[in-house]
Amino acid sequence: MISVEPVAAAGAPLARRNPVAKLAAALVFTLILVATLDPVAPGIAIAVELAVLPLFGVRYRVLARRAWPLLAGAGGILVTLVLFAADRSGRVLVEAGPVLVTEGVLLTALGLVLRMLAVALPGILVFATTDPTDLTDALIQNAKAPARFAIGALAAFRLVPLLEEEWRIISMARRARGVDAGRNPLAKLRLFGSTAFALLVGAIRRGTRLAVAMDARGFDAGTPRTVARRQRFTRADALLVAGAAAIAGAALTVSVVLGTFRPLIG
Amino acid sequence: MGAVELRGFGWRHAGRKRWALRGVDLRVEVGERVLLLGSSGAGKSTLLAALAGLLPEDSGEQEGTVEIDGLDPRKARERVGVVFQDPETQLVMARCGDDVAFGLENRGVPAEEIWPRVDEALRRVSFPYDRDRATAALSGGEQQRLALAGTLALRPGLLLLDEPTANLDPAGADLVRRAVADALDADTTLILVEHRVAEALPLVDRVVVLEPGGGVRADGPPEAVFAAHGDALAAAGVWVPGRTVPPRHATAPPGEVLLTADRLGLPPRLAPTDLEVRAGEALAVLGPNGAGKSTLALLLGGLLRPGTGTVAATPALAGRDARTPPHRWRAPALAGRIGSVFQDPEHQFVTSTVRDELALGPRRTGQPEATVTATVDALLERLRLDRLAGANPYTLSGGEARRLSVATALATAPRLLICDEPTFGQDRRTWRELVDLLADLRDAGHGVVAVTHDADFVAALADRTLTLERR
Repeated sequence: MISVEPVAAAGAPLARRNPVAKLAAALVFTLILVATLDPVAPGIAIAVELAVLPLFGVRYRVLARRAWPLLAGAGGILVTLVLFAADRSGRVLVEAGPVLVTEGVLLTALGLVLRMLAVALPGILVFATTDPTDLTDALIQNAKAPARFAIGALAAFRLVPLLEEEWRIISMARRARGVDAGRNPLAKLRLFGSTAFALLVGAIRRGTRLAVAMDARGFDAGTPRTVARRQRFTRADALLVAGAAAIAGAALTVSVVLGTFRPLIG
Repeated sequence: MGAVELRGFGWRHAGRKRWALRGVDLRVEVGERVLLLGSSGAGKSTLLAALAGLLPEDSGEQEGTVEIDGLDPRKARERVGVVFQDPETQLVMARCGDDVAFGLENRGVPAEEIWPRVDEALRRVSFPYDRDRATAALSGGEQQRLALAGTLALRPGLLLLDEPTANLDPAGADLVRRAVADALDADTTLILVEHRVAEALPLVDRVVVLEPGGGVRADGPPEAVFAAHGDALAAAGVWVPGRTVPPRHATAPPGEVLLTADRLGLPPRLAPTDLEVRAGEALAVLGPNGAGKSTLALLLGGLLRPGTGTVAATPALAGRDARTPPHRWRAPALAGRIGSVFQDPEHQFVTSTVRDELALGPRRTGQPEATVTATVDALLERLRLDRLAGANPYTLSGGEARRLSVATALATAPRLLICDEPTFGQDRRTWRELVDLLADLRDAGHGVVAVTHDADFVAALADRTLTLERR
């Protein structure tokens, strides 16, 4: 299961920034990068992302542990594209039987994989350094997100880890009832479906109970809410967003100057 | 603040034929402490929901009136606080302090007043941790105390407690009751729903008993109510204090060994444990929360692979399969030998009617259809479920669901039955039925293992106890 708890040292200068600012910076950074298909701009972006990692209080080893499914996926995509891409232009690099690797193929594949990493890393960084409660507070206070929706989502989110345990218990309870699938794949599918249904029924009941308990504490009162934890959007937060835009812009400029820039559209 | 007045009050949930509650006349003065009783299905929870203003007008049909300080409860919400049964679904936030602050934010309390009121509420329930403690790291009893603090922070005139200790072990339940006793002030009205009357009595000065058909059956000081109606209430399933149940211990010495656990453990949940389970014997597994009792039940039930040590069945239980450990048996073979009853009955329901639910096990173990029908009919009658044969298991009341979950385990006639907290939250009537049922099984030569916190249950049934220590 993907862990969602923050892993950063809380005092790091950029980890401390307003969660909305971090989210906006990540969004601006990746949106600008998506504009090009070449490997140079994302390459620069990744280098920058890795360089600022200590400022977010995230250690490289921790990041590697959290991002390994992504790295494995990237490796898989690289191999698949290199072997099977339709575009076989450019100088031939390797030719072994049916395997034909050309310069064009390699550049396209590399561009795609680097882009994927460059876009995913900021997101990982934001969630690795942000407490979900702080993010919700900031979304409501600084981004004017509707409080009922944001807090409802936060409360539901807290119940997610319970589902894993629930699944285990339901599966064991079914075995105790004499229900198992053995080696039959069709029976396996049916058992999966019925376990998932029982899990869903339980989740809905639990969600309903939580909603009633929240309303009993005035969540549906309609009086304007006050906030116990103030989130501030300061100049440093604005600078973080501006900095992200500037660096992404610079990466694009380098790619244009080197002549590798290939716009997404056109 | 916090006076309650009901006149001929009734409520029928939308889509139901039966009134959940009807013809209730009741007046509760400011500062009174009321214990609300009634057998399961008498409408106690519906009454609390009505008082809390949590029954929207479009969710059912109302009769008569209900008022709090002369107001419709839906408009008097800020005067009422509720604590429910399940700790898991009452906490909203990840940190304890934030959770108490949640209600204050909703009510629009000015920011600078919030944290002093949070601290005050946490002090009133003697909360042992600071505000930054993770709610997920609390025990059930601590979570309920936090939920109580979250409610008290709102300074309700009327405090409603809906079985706040039903899901807790005795130590946790005791902590919550003490917190309630310490936290109430003279002008807070209390209405408490609680099955375990003896434990709740120190908190209250008045008892109101609802009649399942409608109306109030008895009302007055606890001694007077129990003196006048004790027998009838006990028969209806209320835990009248001072009435013991005749114990049912084994009359014959235990028979052959069915299952042996040798240094059986599962780090970090259960420390290595040695154990023999015998036919014709009821074994109770005791110990505080976190000692691994439920884990032991799952290991003995062949549902979990042991982390250390072994579980071995004897040929008396498993014939030739005794050479393989129970967790490697196919499910139908397992169900025919070891029955497991889980803490939450709903986890075990697989089909959409009570009848199919009972027939599932025998069919999976390959019984002919005529035998299946005979087994199902006998169990339906034995456990008073015959009227519910066509009902969906998920719509049953707590007591009915418990009886069904035990019946499904018995349907495959296993030689060994393992139950996890079978008596949790049950009224006296279902409780007695469970004791008799398990005692009959034991006397017929089955082995019975029960994981339990219930001291009365142990005293009534157990022939031997095993106490696990917290790791």
